[in-house]
Amino acid sequence: MLTLLSLMLGAAGLGVPDWGILWQLRVPRTGLALLVGAGLGLSGAVLQGVLRNPLADPWVLGVGGCAALGAVAVFYWGISAAFPPALPLGGFAGAAVGCLALLFVFRRAQSGPGLILAGVAVAALASALLSLALSAAPNPFALYEITFWLMGGLEDRTLMHLALAGPPVVLGCALLLRLGPGLDALSLGEETAASLGTPVPRTMRRAVLGVALAVGAGAAVAGGIGFVGLIVPNLLRPLVGERPGALLWPSMAGGALLLLLADMAARAAGLWLPLAAEPRLGVLTALLGAPFLVSASRRMAA
Amino acid sequence: MIGVRDFSTQLGGREVLCSVTFVPGGGAVTALCGPNGAGKSTLLRALAGLLPGGQPMPREVAYLPQGALCAWGLTVRQVAELGRIPHGDRNDAAVQRALAACGVTALAERRVDRISGGQARRAMLARVLAAEPKVLLLDEPVADLDPAACHDVMRLLRDFAGGGGTVVVVLHALELAATYADRLVVLQAGRVVADGAPADVLPAAAASFGMVLQSGAVPLLRPLVPPLGAS
Repeated sequence: MLTLLSLMLGAAGLGVPDWGILWQLRVPRTGLALLVGAGLGLSGAVLQGVLRNPLADPWVLGVGGCAALGAVAVFYWGISAAFPPALPLGGFAGAAVGCLALLFVFRRAQSGPGLILAGVAVAALASALLSLALSAAPNPFALYEITFWLMGGLEDRTLMHLALAGPPVVLGCALLLRLGPGLDALSLGEETAASLGTPVPRTMRRAVLGVALAVGAGAAVAGGIGFVGLIVPNLLRPLVGERPGALLWPSMAGGALLLLLADMAARAAGLWLPLAAEPRLGVLTALLGAPFLVSASRRMAA
Repeated sequence: MIGVRDFSTQLGGREVLCSVTFVPGGGAVTALCGPNGAGKSTLLRALAGLLPGGQPMPREVAYLPQGALCAWGLTVRQVAELGRIPHGDRNDAAVQRALAACGVTALAERRVDRISGGQARRAMLARVLAAEPKVLLLDEPVADLDPAACHDVMRLLRDFAGGGGTVVVVLHALELAATYADRLVVLQAGRVVADGAPADVLPAAAASFGMVLQSGAVPLLRPLVPPLGAS
C-alpha cells in the first residue's frame, strides 16, 4: 500500500501519474528505496549480531565510506561525465576495495573487537582520502556534485540504476539471511559459538562479504544514507525479541519500509514545505538517527 | 573419547601447559584444581578442541566457559535452546528437562540480563545440558552461586556422571571437589602435580595454594533443604 502511495507521490502532487512518469521516475525511485533500505537494515542486524554491539552499523565498517570514495574518484577524473553508469560502478568498486582491505586487516585479528577496529581504520582512511579529493576538486561544479552525492538521495534514478544495484543487493541479502544460527551462537561469545560447531571466522567473512555487496551496491546508486542499519534493528528488538537470528527478516523488511517512508517524507516536504529543493534523503535519515543514538546511549548508561 | 597426551601449548610466548597428559574417565566427575594461572581453563579449552589445531565436537562435548554471558537480552528458554544448535532442532523436551534440572523453569520467560547473576549462571548451565551431550566441560560453574545452589549444581553433575556421562569441572572450592568428585587433578604452573582420588590428593591440592589441610579434616557444608531442581 505504501509502495502504491509512493508511486503516486511526486513533484506534480499526489495523484495517479501518467505511464511515462510512473515508469521512468516513480518505479525506479520506489524500487531503489525498498532495495537500498532492505540491504541497509539487514546489514545492520547482521553486523550488530557479529559484533555483539547494538551500535554497529554498515558505515562503521567503512564499507559506505569506501563506496563514497570510489564514486568520488569517478567524478574526480571526469569519467562520469563521459559515461554515466561509471558512477555506481565506481561506488561498487570502492565498496569492494574497502571490503578487501577489511578482510585483509581482519585476517590478523579474527574477533569482534578486531573487526570493529579494522572497520574504523578503513573508514578513517576513506574519509581522509575523500577530504583530500574534495580539497583538490578540479572545479566548483565537481565539488558541488560530490557533496550533493554524499548527502544521499534517490531522485532522478532510472531503471538502469535499479538493474545495476538489484543483483548485488539481492545476492548480498541472500548471503546474510543464511547467517541466523551462527549469529545466535555468537551471542554466547566466539569461543562458545565455536564449541557449538559454528565456523566463526567463516561466518564473519560471509557477513563482511554480504554487507559489502548489499551496502556497497546500494551506496553506489543512492549515495551516503547512514543510520538505517543502526535504527531498524534497535527499533525491532522490543517487538520481536533480542535473538539475533530472529531479527534478520524483520530488519530487512523494516529497513525497506523506513527508507521508503523517509523518501516519501522527503518528496512530501519538497512538495508542501517552502524549501528550494526537497531535503536530501541522507540528511533525513541522519536527522532521525542522531536523536536515536542519544536515547540509545542513555539506555546503555542506565 | 576426549583427552590430551603429552600436550604443551603457549599463550603470548609463555608456556601455559607443559607436557600434560589427561584423559577424563567416563561415568565420573573429575575436578580440576589449582591456583590462578595454573592452566586449568586452557586445559579445558584443549579438551573442547578450541585451541589451534583442535576440532570441536559440538554434539558430544558441551563447553561452558568461565563467566559465560549472553550478549543480548534473550529469555532463559531461548538461551537453553541455543544448546540445540549442534543438533539443528528445537527439542522442547530436552530444553524443558534442562531448565527443570537447573531449577530455572519458573524463570523460563524472563530475560537473562534482568535476573540475578547466579540465576543467569544456571540458565547458561541449562544451555549446556539441553544439548544432551556425552561430555560436560565446565569452567567454574559455581562461581556466582550461593552455597545451597553450589550443592545443587554439583549433585546435578553427579547425576549426569551416574548416567554414564563424563564431567570435567574446574573448581576452586576444595570441599566441593572432595564431596562430589571421583577424581581430583591438581595443576600448578602448567603441569599436573597430583592426580587421584580426592581423599589422597587433597593435601597436594591444598599445597598448590600454599595451604595445609588441618588434621585431614575437610570442612563440609551440607544443605538442609531439598535442592531447587527437585521442587
